[in-house]
Amino acid sequence: MLPEKTSRRNFITGFFTALGSIFASSRVAVSSEGRSIKNDGPKWGMVIDLDKCTACGACVVGCSVENNQMLGSPEEAAMGRIIRWLKILPVTEAEGSRVRQSLIPMPCQQCENPPCTRVCPTSATFMGPDGIVGQVYDRCIGCRYCVNACPYTCKFFNWGDPQWPENVETPFNPDVSIRDKGVVEKCLFCHHRLQRANDKAREEGRPLKQEDYIPACVAACPARAIVFGDMNDSQSEVSKAADNHRAYRMLEDLGTKPKVVYLREG
Amino acid sequence: MEEKVLSPLTEKPSRFFIISIAALAGVFLWGILAWLWQFLNGLKVTGLNVPVFWGVYIINFVFFIGVSHAGTLISAILRITDAAWRRPFTRMAETITIASLFFAASSVIIDLGRPDRFLNVLLYPHLTSPILWDVLCITTYLTMSCLYFYLALIPDFALCRDRLTELPAWQRQIYRWAALGWSGSKGEERTHHKLMTVLSVVLLTLVISVHTNVGFIFGMTTKPGWHSAAIGPYFVVGAAFQGLGGLAAIAVMIRRAFRMEWAITESQFDALRKFFLAVCCFWTYFTFVELLTTYYGQHTAEMEVFSSKLFGEFSLPFWSMLLFCLFIPFPLLAFKLGALETRLMVAGISVNIGMWLERYTIVVPSGARPYLSWGPGHYSPSWVEWSVTASWAAGFVLVFLLFTRIVPIFTVWELREGLDDAMKAPRKPHEI
Repeated sequence: MLPEKTSRRNFITGFFTALGSIFASSRVAVSSEGRSIKNDGPKWGMVIDLDKCTACGACVVGCSVENNQMLGSPEEAAMGRIIRWLKILPVTEAEGSRVRQSLIPMPCQQCENPPCTRVCPTSATFMGPDGIVGQVYDRCIGCRYCVNACPYTCKFFNWGDPQWPENVETPFNPDVSIRDKGVVEKCLFCHHRLQRANDKAREEGRPLKQEDYIPACVAACPARAIVFGDMNDSQSEVSKAADNHRAYRMLEDLGTKPKVVYLREG
Repeated sequence: MEEKVLSPLTEKPSRFFIISIAALAGVFLWGILAWLWQFLNGLKVTGLNVPVFWGVYIINFVFFIGVSHAGTLISAILRITDAAWRRPFTRMAETITIASLFFAASSVIIDLGRPDRFLNVLLYPHLTSPILWDVLCITTYLTMSCLYFYLALIPDFALCRDRLTELPAWQRQIYRWAALGWSGSKGEERTHHKLMTVLSVVLLTLVISVHTNVGFIFGMTTKPGWHSAAIGPYFVVGAAFQGLGGLAAIAVMIRRAFRMEWAITESQFDALRKFFLAVCCFWTYFTFVELLTTYYGQHTAEMEVFSSKLFGEFSLPFWSMLLFCLFIPFPLLAFKLGALETRLMVAGISVNIGMWLERYTIVVPSGARPYLSWGPGHYSPSWVEWSVTASWAAGFVLVFLLFTRIVPIFTVWELREGLDDAMKAPRKPHEI
């Protein structure tokens, strides 16, 4: 039996060691969030030229079909509950008697410092090694904290069971899972297309080329207003497009560092 | 004195009591059915929408956590400071804590899209999430509160075991087990007192951490109206305010219902009134500071929320909040406007209504006015949400009423301590 003094000292040492390790592990959790992540691979990003965009909505349709999104009913629409991973944001600017309406396509802004992943209690939303903010539908508890934390309102909640009219049930995209009721979902930059492209490149025994991977919205845009690619590669089309005096990011001062860049209307 | 305190445990319940229990149980069951309906259909049966993702359930959660602070605040703080006037209130306060914490925790689970996956929070814990902090805080708080409640009960259970000879054998057996062989020796009393003091200090830290963390859930996001450093302490003060209100109202009702005018004296009620009034001023101060800082800053997105609260869509809940939290209770507590008991009860009930509205004006307007406007956000809770709310309120009262029949609603050993002190020392005017 140790004298009482020693045991108390041991207890205090143990206590602070435990406290320290909890603190250390939380630091690891923060850094694995992507704030200081070292990404040697590509940084997938997007440039949307609002001068070229006609707000035709083809990207919205392309995205919905690609990602098996529900059509939604008029009742749900009235509640604002329609899920569209890519939506068109109407912005009205008035200066004196001049009123200008802009229509801005808004996918997930794919922040480099995402506020949504930080607050998730189960790590159901996370930043993957490829820099894309993902969502694990099977782990999500549906607390909607991430949805509230997202300043862009670009995360969506499944209010009920997934439903489609009978004749549209067949053409599901087999690469994208159907989300159950009560979980959160979001734009993943068509991550399944990246996986496909990676598989194909591996099969052919060559490195992934940028043109192998294009999200559905980019492919659907008739005006070619959306450019997609590796922002780490200074010679890529997307880097060149982003290097523009019209370039800005949404709510830049919040420090979220979006990987979606907009080119202001000229 | 002891017979009088223990009488509710042996007396046959009055008809009024039985009818109340039945009515409350009916409302509670109705809410359970409503929740079942929601479980089967998903959250689409609520009034929640885009962008108001959080509503009545989260408000109820914060509300019940606030109610729970009655217990710890009164019994822990006042036990540490050894305030004599606490004695008749401690047991009631602790009972309120335990009863409301269960309803607080279940309010969050009801709010989940997938309540069946609740344990994922512990299976895949993510340390940076304020929700995980909250889960840790609240479970610790609940455990410690139960321990504290039970510890204070041991001498009283022993009293039940020895005095309530007319009870059926099985009931006495339960009291015998619960009393853990308490004999009331000097050594036992010393250990008991020591443990109670240690637990009081632990609970005092928990009471602050729990409500600060509830505030953090909102404050840690950058949402306009939520992102504020003051929200943590503001929530702590709000909870204390509401907890005192709940305690004041319940103490008056219990005193009348069980005809226990002798147990709580006018001067004890007056001490409660002063404490209540001070916290009312604190709450008003915090509200004012929050509003002024937002207004002076004139940040576009923050002002959207600000003006929707003061002059716009949410002005009705906002101004009624001020009415129920300040304009009604303040004059009642500060000036002699009728009998003290009635003033305390009216103020207590008013503050509890007001604090529910306070959470409404924090949760909903910020939800409805996000940074980017996707069209005007509105929220009107559905019948399911109202049913669950009514049910949870009824359930809380139900649990409290049932407790009054199982445990002595006054801490007998503390009351006796008070009487002994009064016998020994010459009576001072501000104490009993």
